[in-house]
Amino acid sequence: MVQALNQLRESPSQTAGPYVHIGCTPNFCDIHGVYPTDLGVTMVSPGVKGEPIIVTGRVIDGGGFPLRDALVEIWQADAAGLYNSPMERRGNADPAFAGFGRQPTDGATGEYRFDTIKPGRVPFVDGRMMAPHVTFWIVARGINIGLHTRMYFGDEATANAQCPVLARVEHRERVPTLIAQRADVDGRTGYRFDIRLQGEGETVFFDI
Amino acid sequence: MADNGSFYQRVGGWHPPPLTPDYKTSVLRSPQRAKLSLENTISEMTGPVFGHSMIGELDDDLIRNYATTGDPIGPRMIVHGRVMDENGRGVPGALVEVWQANAGGRYRHKKEGYIAALDPNFGGCGRTIAGDDGSYVFRTIKPGPYPWPNGVNDWRPAHIHFSVFGTAFAQRLITQMYFEGDPMIWQCPIVRAIPDKAAIEQLVALLDRNNSIHMDTLAYKFDIILRGRRSTMFENRKEGN
Repeated sequence: MVQALNQLRESPSQTAGPYVHIGCTPNFCDIHGVYPTDLGVTMVSPGVKGEPIIVTGRVIDGGGFPLRDALVEIWQADAAGLYNSPMERRGNADPAFAGFGRQPTDGATGEYRFDTIKPGRVPFVDGRMMAPHVTFWIVARGINIGLHTRMYFGDEATANAQCPVLARVEHRERVPTLIAQRADVDGRTGYRFDIRLQGEGETVFFDI
Repeated sequence: MADNGSFYQRVGGWHPPPLTPDYKTSVLRSPQRAKLSLENTISEMTGPVFGHSMIGELDDDLIRNYATTGDPIGPRMIVHGRVMDENGRGVPGALVEVWQANAGGRYRHKKEGYIAALDPNFGGCGRTIAGDDGSYVFRTIKPGPYPWPNGVNDWRPAHIHFSVFGTAFAQRLITQMYFEGDPMIWQCPIVRAIPDKAAIEQLVALLDRNNSIHMDTLAYKFDIILRGRRSTMFENRKEGN
């Protein structure tokens, strides 16, 4: 008998299903009195450093219809490019910025919306700087394993052109699927970022 | 992060693929292009960590956290286990969120279409944070199976949904727990989206009589495994991340 590695295997993923709100955003689906607020609804606290922005958009299926039962999570650096995480060893992130957000897509319009700040740049594994970006994780009924992608900023053309991750996209016509355009959202600075799950304009998803 | 390497990659044939046509909703919601492989950067190797102070006293007790006029109907049970990584190490501080149907198989959700009765004393959500060795525990009632609009007569096996945060966003996982001995597990298109029988079995909780409380509560044991990471035995990165 040869030796054994004695490593375990990751628990396999299963879909979040149509009732993900019960567990992840119970107040959103009218289950009140269990948690005071839904996790991830507030990303910024008073005194946060950086430019306040709204990030909004839809998750669109292969038939062109927005998902009205998806859950979107985002994770991003603070304005100085530091993550609010124990695994961040380069410095202390802005305590007024959580870095994590979680929102359902609207049950009528399919829009998600985050009130956040524009992140700073963070380094790639070899030390080169990546362009400012927000990491997205999308789950929903019909999605068997959560989908990772990134949102970059349309007004960061120079940084985007230098980003080692964007440079990795072989089919260059797909790069714009990762870039949000600046737009007014209710009179505030925002970025619109639609995620297309399938078909023409399919968003680049990452195997990380 | 000089002392730790990347997370072990997710290999094909273990997790369900995006397109599983017997689970009909996956047909239009499955990406068709190959994913772009990306070595872990600091954006994936960091992640939000939530403190014990966030957790309310009844958050881990689904029997009591929504009840107003008495306990919910159904078989009382404890679900416990450990959150570990693929190296077998506990993941202390992991946030575990659960949601489930009531004992009749009915969810408290406006999209729900099953005629089974709502239980006025059951909300169906709970959360806890794993202890120093990765251990966690909930108290709840056993959920019922329920029909769902997929095939003309498809039913889901009894299950509890789990959402888990490790220390890194790369470990983010949502899955479902099933119950030992349920024949409906092997008939379910969502379960069968997982191609490997051993992987499915990893989602089946065992009845744990030793931890049952006589005249009070049954127990099921369910361990959750998150991605593990490589030990960095040779450090040759110029930068510290």
